[in-house]
Amino acid sequence: MSRIEVQGLWKSYGDRVVLERVSLVIEPASLVAIVGSSGCGKSTFLRILLGVEQPSRGRILLDGAPLPAEPGPDRGIVFQRYTVFPHLSVLENAALGLELRASRLLGRSFGARRREAHEQAAAMLERVGLGHVLEAFPHELSGGMQQRLALAQALVVEPRVLLLDEPFGALDPGIRADARALLLELWEERGTTVVMVTHDLPEAFQLGTRVLVFDKVRRDPQAPERYGATVTYDLPGYNRRRPRPPAPAASAAAPATGGS
Amino acid sequence: MRLVNRRPSREAALLLAALPFVLLLLAYLFGSAARLADNPADKLLPWPSTLLESLRSLALEPDRRTGAVLLWSDTAASLGRLAAGLALATLVAALFGIAIGLVPLAGALLGSFVAALAMIPPLAVLPILLIVLGTGEASKIGLVALGTGPLLIRDLALRVRELPEELLVKAQTLGASSWHLAIRIVGPLVAPRLLDAVRLQLGPAWLFLIAAEAIAATEGLGYRIFLVRRYLAMDVILPYVAWITLLAFAGDRLLAFLGRRLFPWARSGA
Repeated sequence: MSRIEVQGLWKSYGDRVVLERVSLVIEPASLVAIVGSSGCGKSTFLRILLGVEQPSRGRILLDGAPLPAEPGPDRGIVFQRYTVFPHLSVLENAALGLELRASRLLGRSFGARRREAHEQAAAMLERVGLGHVLEAFPHELSGGMQQRLALAQALVVEPRVLLLDEPFGALDPGIRADARALLLELWEERGTTVVMVTHDLPEAFQLGTRVLVFDKVRRDPQAPERYGATVTYDLPGYNRRRPRPPAPAASAAAPATGGS
Repeated sequence: MRLVNRRPSREAALLLAALPFVLLLLAYLFGSAARLADNPADKLLPWPSTLLESLRSLALEPDRRTGAVLLWSDTAASLGRLAAGLALATLVAALFGIAIGLVPLAGALLGSFVAALAMIPPLAVLPILLIVLGTGEASKIGLVALGTGPLLIRDLALRVRELPEELLVKAQTLGASSWHLAIRIVGPLVAPRLLDAVRLQLGPAWLFLIAAEAIAATEGLGYRIFLVRRYLAMDVILPYVAWITLLAFAGDRLLAFLGRRLFPWARSGA
C-alpha cells in the first residue's frame, strides 16, 4: 500500500543515455505494468526502483521518503531466473525472510519463534499451491512452481512494493496463465503496490491497472545513444479489480487508485 | 565403422581398464625374475613373496627399536598432519574466500595479496617454516596449509563472484545483512564448491606432506620411504607407495561421498 513518486529521473552510462525525464506517480495498491521494446530502459528503471542502480539525475520517493540506495525489505522482487535459493527447502525458502529478521547474529530463529515463522511460511505456501512440497528442494520443482515459491517468499515479509522482472517469461503458456491468475489474486488480497516489467503486451493489459510504455521520443540517426527513453504512453489496463486487503491495513487508499 | 564410434561393451570396458594394470604387473614380474636369476640377492625389484613378507612384518610386527607397528604409526602420523593442514587451509579459505568474493572492499584489500601469495612456490618456503616453526609438527602442517590454502582462497573467491547477482539481491530484499549473506546464503551455496576444491588439492597436499616428512620428521609415511631409500629397501618402499596411493584414492572417494551426503541439493547444479 505504498506510493512511489519518480521525479525527473535520468539514467546514463557515460555518453549512453538510457532514461530521460521520467516523472510519474504510482498510486498505492496499483498494479503497474511496464512494457517497451528490448533496450528501452524498462529493466533499468526496475533496477533503479530495486536499488541496485542509482539514478544519474532526479529522485524517487517511497511514501514521501527518498528511496534507499540499496535493496531492502521494503521492496520485494521476483526475477525471471535464479529467484529461489537452491540450498534451502521450499519451506526454508519461504521462511527465510522471517528467519533473517529474527536474529541479526545467526539469521535463523529457534523454538517457538521458529515454529511460528514456519507456520506462517507454510500458510503462505499453502496459499500459492505449494503446501504439498514443503520439504522438497527447488531443483525438484517445475519452473512454474519455482515462481510461485518466489512470490510466496517475497510476500511473506510483506514488502511495501513488489517488483516483478518478467516473472513469467520463462514459463509454458498454460502454466503462465495460472501464475498470472495467482498474482492477481494475491495482489487483490494484499493490496501490495506492484510494478511489473514485461515484454508481453497482452499480459501487461490483462494484469495491469495501469500500463506504462517506455520508448524514445527523440532519435538521432547518427547517434542512437544520444537520447534516452521515457514514458510515452500512460494507459489504463483492463484490470478493473481493486484490492480488498484484510482489516488491519486500514489506510485510505481505495478511492485514490486512479486509472478506472 | 569409425574408431570414434566404436564403443566397448561392459565386459570389454572392464577388460580394457584392467589391461594397463596387468601389463605393468607382468613387466614387473619379468624384470624381477630376470634380475633375481642374475643375482639372488638383488634388492631393486623384489619378488612379490618378498614384498608380502615385508608388508606383513611392517603391518603386524612391532618395530625392534620403538615398539610401534611401523605401518600404522606412520599412517596415523601422516594422516593426522594431512588432515590438520587441510582443515586449517579450508577454514582460512572459507573465511577469506567468502570475504574477498562477497565484500568489494575486502577484495580490493586482499585480492592481489592472495594472488601474489599463491605464486610463491611452497617448497621454497619450507626452509623458512623449519627455521621459524622448528622441526616439529607445526612446520609440516604449515607446509600443507600453505601449499593448498592460497589456491583454495582464490578458487572460492571466484566461485562466490560467479553466484548469480539475482540471489544476492533477492536475499537483501528479504532483509539480509552482509553478515547474513555470508553465513546463510553465500557460505552454504559455495560449500560444495569448496569441498570439490579441497578434493582437487588432495594431490598437492600429499606432495607437500611427503616433502616435509622427507626433510624433517621422526615418523610418517614420507619419512619412512626416504629413510629406507639409503638401504635400497625397495621391499619397503613399494608397499608404502601403494599404500599412500590407496589412502589418497580413499580420501578422494570419502570427500566425494561427503559432498553427496551433505549437499543433496547441489546434485543438479545451483
